[in-house]
Amino acid sequence: MMSINGSPGPLWTGGPIPGQFYNFPGGKSDSNNTQRVRSVNPIVTGTSVLAVQFKGGVVIAADTLGSYGSLAKYRDLKRLLKVNDTTVIGAAGDYADFQYMSNIIQQQVINDEVINDGFGYTPKSVHCLLTRILYNRRSQFNPLWNTYIIAGIEEDQPYLGYVDKIGMAYEAPSLACGFGAYVALPIIRDALEKKPDISKDEAVALIDRCMKLMYYRDARALNKYQLAVITKDGVDIKGPIISETNWEVAHMIRGYE
Amino acid sequence: MASASVLSEYKAPISAHFSPYDFNGGTVLAIAGNDFALIATDTRLSQGFAIHSRECPKTFTLTNNTILGCCGFHGDVLTLTKTLAARLQIFEKDHNKPMPTASIAAMLSTILYYRRFFPYYTHNVVAGLDEEGKGCVYSFDPVGCYEKESFRAKGSASAMLQPLLDNQIGGKNQNGYTAQSLTSTQCVALVKDVFTSAAERDIYTGDNIIISVVNKDGIKSEKFPLRRD
Repeated sequence: MMSINGSPGPLWTGGPIPGQFYNFPGGKSDSNNTQRVRSVNPIVTGTSVLAVQFKGGVVIAADTLGSYGSLAKYRDLKRLLKVNDTTVIGAAGDYADFQYMSNIIQQQVINDEVINDGFGYTPKSVHCLLTRILYNRRSQFNPLWNTYIIAGIEEDQPYLGYVDKIGMAYEAPSLACGFGAYVALPIIRDALEKKPDISKDEAVALIDRCMKLMYYRDARALNKYQLAVITKDGVDIKGPIISETNWEVAHMIRGYE
Repeated sequence: MASASVLSEYKAPISAHFSPYDFNGGTVLAIAGNDFALIATDTRLSQGFAIHSRECPKTFTLTNNTILGCCGFHGDVLTLTKTLAARLQIFEKDHNKPMPTASIAAMLSTILYYRRFFPYYTHNVVAGLDEEGKGCVYSFDPVGCYEKESFRAKGSASAMLQPLLDNQIGGKNQNGYTAQSLTSTQCVALVKDVFTSAAERDIYTGDNIIISVVNKDGIKSEKFPLRRD
């Protein structure tokens, strides 16, 4: 039923695997099936986005590197988008797809504003919109190659949502995508487990420490990042901030040359 | 080494394969009693070796006496439950009454079969009360084949839970013992035990279980902790 990576398991034991061709038992095996693949690969990519809730708000951060494969091509790409005074989204994955999505969102916000009924997008509704768009595109085999983290204030409470390129979405008090889910998220979760109601300053310090850690450990990360703090008073996007790093011990690492 | 071969190691971005499906784990379990139905779910949401969330139940309250258990690919779970909620709301406005459990099961079957050739990768079980107030459970395969049963486990740890239920509720493989119907208290205790065992062996099941019991007085839910590693 399960697999660690790659394709999911069969629908039932010995049955077809979703997304793959199935040869009926006893039938003539047909290996000439060529799957039509319309989807493309990510080209210029951004790496992890980190976010954590604190008492009265949310902090979200993303570095400013646009990688072209292993080439650190663009070093000042902004991956945080302010949607309105309550919502910020952070994007990982293909940067062109993020720009396309940004246009859709900003147009939706304008359409919503001209109605002038006092209702606008909230983090939850932005999360829902992104989930539907991404799920719809994956269903057409033409995905937008992104993972989004939606941060904001929903009815005076901090809100954090995650959605990936196949429309898998959820909410959680701390989020990270990509490599950050393995490197930074355990540290953020640990901090929250010890003290669930961290203050704004503690949250910013925590994210700062994790962004530095991401720079040390992730070859697609940069020590220059944007950090947004969302509280009931609005959105404050700081940066780009430069992480001060220390490579003094680097010369002691041997055997990987 | 020649410079050309060194340069050839710096290739264009590696092409990434796209799969529209994933498996996000989760187990659901439903039992039909004489005057109640029970449905339980774990609250873990995983992907490979990562745990995305420890607070993500896979049961969805559809009406005041029907609950759906739905797990597999979480993107499909979200879409399917959204579609169902909309269809149930339309029904309620049209007919001025909530949809009965048996009809929800029939409708779910057609919704699943509609996507026969690009299926929802979801394992479903519907639990609730029928129109006589008796407990009932319907279980589905991902493409809409369904059956009324008295107990069923679905999802990641279903192969561990089902044989235990066959033995403890169905009275299977026991000499000189005939199955007796269990009370809801007995069922809740059994569910806690089987989920605790499954969480020991299955990495996609854990964190908590939410046990919901439907009876004539409505729905009551309780939370029970599982291992979190």
